[in-house]
Amino acid sequence: MSVWVLVAHDRGTIRKITYELLGKARDLAQDGRVSALLLGSGVEGLSPDLAARGATEVMLVDDPRLAGYTTEGYAAAVAHVAAESPPALLLIGSTAQGRDLAPRLAVRLGAAIVTDCQSLALQNEALMATRPMFTRKAIGTVRLLPGRLWIAVVLPGVFPVPPKHERRPEVRRIVLPPDARIRTRMLETRSIERETVPLAEAEVIVSGGRGLRGPEHFALLDALARALGAGVGSSRPPVDSGWVPHDYEIGQTGKTVSPQVYIACGISGAPQHLAGMSGSRFIIAINKDPNAPIFQLADLGVVGDLFEILPRLTEAVKRQKSAG
Amino acid sequence: MEFELTEEHRLIQATVREFAAKEILPASADLDHHPRYPEEIIAKAAALGLMGLIVPEAYGGAGMDGLANAIAQEELARASAGVQVIISVNNSLVCDPILRFGTEEQKRRYLPRLARGEWLGCYCLTEPAAGSDAMSLATRAEWRNGEWILNGRKIFVTNGAEADLCIVYARSEATSGARGLSAFIVEKTFPGIQVGKVEKKLGIKCSSTVEILLDDCRVPASNLLGQRGEGGVIALATLDGGRIGIAAQAVGIARACLEECTAYATQRQQFGRPIRTFQATQWALADMATRIEASRLLMYRAAWLRDRGERCTAEAAVAKLIASETAMWAAHRAVQVFGGYGYIQDYPLERYFRDAKITEIYEGTSEILRLVIARGVLGSKGT
Amino acid sequence: MNIIVCLKQVPDTEAPIRIRPDGSGIEGTGLNLVMNYYDEHATEAALQLRERFSGTVTAVSAGPERAREALRQALAMGADEAVLIQDSALDGADHLQIARVLAAFIRPRRPDVVVCGKLSTDDNAAIVGPALAELLDLPQATAIAKLEVADDGTRAVVHRELEGALEVLEVPLPALLTVERSLNEPRYPSLPGIMKAKRKEIAVVDLTGLGLSAAEVGSPAAVLERLEPPPARSPGVQVNGADPDAAVGAIIAFLSERAKVL
Repeated sequence: MSVWVLVAHDRGTIRKITYELLGKARDLAQDGRVSALLLGSGVEGLSPDLAARGATEVMLVDDPRLAGYTTEGYAAAVAHVAAESPPALLLIGSTAQGRDLAPRLAVRLGAAIVTDCQSLALQNEALMATRPMFTRKAIGTVRLLPGRLWIAVVLPGVFPVPPKHERRPEVRRIVLPPDARIRTRMLETRSIERETVPLAEAEVIVSGGRGLRGPEHFALLDALARALGAGVGSSRPPVDSGWVPHDYEIGQTGKTVSPQVYIACGISGAPQHLAGMSGSRFIIAINKDPNAPIFQLADLGVVGDLFEILPRLTEAVKRQKSAG
Repeated sequence: MEFELTEEHRLIQATVREFAAKEILPASADLDHHPRYPEEIIAKAAALGLMGLIVPEAYGGAGMDGLANAIAQEELARASAGVQVIISVNNSLVCDPILRFGTEEQKRRYLPRLARGEWLGCYCLTEPAAGSDAMSLATRAEWRNGEWILNGRKIFVTNGAEADLCIVYARSEATSGARGLSAFIVEKTFPGIQVGKVEKKLGIKCSSTVEILLDDCRVPASNLLGQRGEGGVIALATLDGGRIGIAAQAVGIARACLEECTAYATQRQQFGRPIRTFQATQWALADMATRIEASRLLMYRAAWLRDRGERCTAEAAVAKLIASETAMWAAHRAVQVFGGYGYIQDYPLERYFRDAKITEIYEGTSEILRLVIARGVLGSKGT
Repeated sequence: MNIIVCLKQVPDTEAPIRIRPDGSGIEGTGLNLVMNYYDEHATEAALQLRERFSGTVTAVSAGPERAREALRQALAMGADEAVLIQDSALDGADHLQIARVLAAFIRPRRPDVVVCGKLSTDDNAAIVGPALAELLDLPQATAIAKLEVADDGTRAVVHRELEGALEVLEVPLPALLTVERSLNEPRYPSLPGIMKAKRKEIAVVDLTGLGLSAAEVGSPAAVLERLEPPPARSPGVQVNGADPDAAVGAIIAFLSERAKVL
């Protein structure tokens, strides 16, 4: 089976989700080809990394019109490449761009599509995907029927990053047709600079809720996150109160994350928040209310004052890191 | 028989539920711990149309029926019984009698202001010596030089501190009892009316309860509500609607108890398992649910009867009696389910417990309601 | 300005759901259904555009009878017209089929703007919006957090929140937009609005009425095979944080020994 992975990259760096997808693509392709579909302008230099993580070939569409992401530019490029010999399966990471592009592509390519995948398997010629549904109160298994191209949009953090093997990339260059129509225009991309790790990439996430009592106390989370090399998120109330911007929010109306460890500080655990984080491998909760629902989920629950615990924890993590 | 709410009623329910959850619930504990008139919430409620639910569109209201009002009041009380009573009084005890008994001129002058929330209304019936025996009230209305002069002291007036307009019941005729009473629409700016003592209460703390003093208060002839001597009829007809509003308040409080207990029973672990798995807890929740259902259906029935223009004095009394006793009983059980957490202010149970009590007292104590119901059952044989 | 907003009625996310014993879906009885959260923001965006440019807002939903309530809510919020696309052929339809049906309704109306929520909270798929844009051959901007339409109504500048960045995008109109919750604060349907909406008709059309054949709608290519409760998490350990140093010790031990991130 041939599997394509759409490469997610940003400012010259390949996003971790791409490697996760390449690893899964190799499992699914078995002896078939795993092609990394690399779109951009002046991005050929990313090819060796893609090969090292499992791409048997890199299909490169290098064109100034693809310098920034646009739905129509990317859709035209993928459709053009697929016109020749479409793959059986196209994997796309569940990023803002991936979610924007995938359904449009599905229509253009006559594909079957499933989003938010957290597992993928082949069974009797069909692709079986599991995905959280109903605010993670249920896990659905979706079958994509055979007979057409499949597109699976995969959540970050659910598949492991494959180990690196030095391999020479086999690069195939494809030219974007001159008539590709791009109606939207990117005016500006403002990067949001944070010292902490982006949530989609973070192995550990430190997250704060109403219990932090005010915006100034997010500094406690930042300090712990820096010590741990973690990302910082929040539940909904701090966003609604304007303490942190909306891109911090984890939950039904924010991001879905699946880190190795999720440290919930002063978060009660409303269903709406659990929807975004209950897929985490380990959950640690710190809350002063012993009856907070978050403790039902926590692998380690600490009933206590986060204002006393967090600064001490940060210091302890620093000590541990410098010792180890 | 049809036991399903219409699409509009469900939409009203969903809308008020969301409004209450978003705008009232977050403030409800603080409004109880630091009592104050919730001006911003009332302004938002007015923008939504809640202050004139039952006022027809022609007079600037939402144009809804009494059943819709009852549905809305339950949702408001689920979030805060104190906020709800402010809104309920404005609708049931002020807009309703003006709508039923007012002249066209009175309706045009007062209803749009009340419905838009520019003015707040209150209802002045009770006096120090006339509580359950309201028809024995002593406030006097004298016709002098083409206007009414009111003298007397009203107590336990909900909304009285903030109200711009008071429906005042006074004795205008020489006849004793109900037939000697008339109702007046008294604007707060009329000379001779002022707010007296402000009461401190056990519950529903964000609504004011005050004394209203009438000292040679001058009321124009055009502000007589209904006919001379019709005051008793107006007061009692108004109370039928008011009691449905209190029944809705009680159902809302009882539902708050049940919902909090249900959530808590799932979270709270004792002896290694959630307390919802214990039969004692299950029975408490089942009994609460049963009584709430019964109360709500009786409240709906009374509202439905009243909407059809039928007499519903006994039915409204039945609804208020069972609903208020359910609220008090449910609050009592709910505090017990929460144990120690039910007794402290970090959780809302002790507030429900305090708020519930008033529903057994105002707009007809449980004892008076039983009297009203007995009259309905026994007819003249009871007296 | 001719504005179309697409809606869905979904289970209330704050309420529990019951999965049918055979895993075929969730139990419908006793389920509290509400307008999809993001669709409220979409409706608000549509109403704001109409308030600025005048014109009409048409709310449309393709779904079962219960979708009527979402449409009624849109009317109560101020939409001018509501249409329910209802057909037994849509039972078990996948997202792309729904998109094709909506496209058939929307296309002849030649809207200036089509607004959708960024996803629906029942299945979280986020497929219908962009698929609809492709079917209608409209440019798209998804999950927008800010919308500024030029005075002449020919183009819009939108903000999108990406991972670690904010994108400012210019989109010519007509276009399809899907909206993020930070875009606006949806109004409540006012109670007088509900009473007015009561008097408005919700038009119902089936596939024949849209001029669609069963073949054009196609068969589902993505099928929900089963629904299961999420795997139970094994009970955790609770420590008393009254002694913060002991609590910190427990967390450090957990991070290094069990989670192996230290």
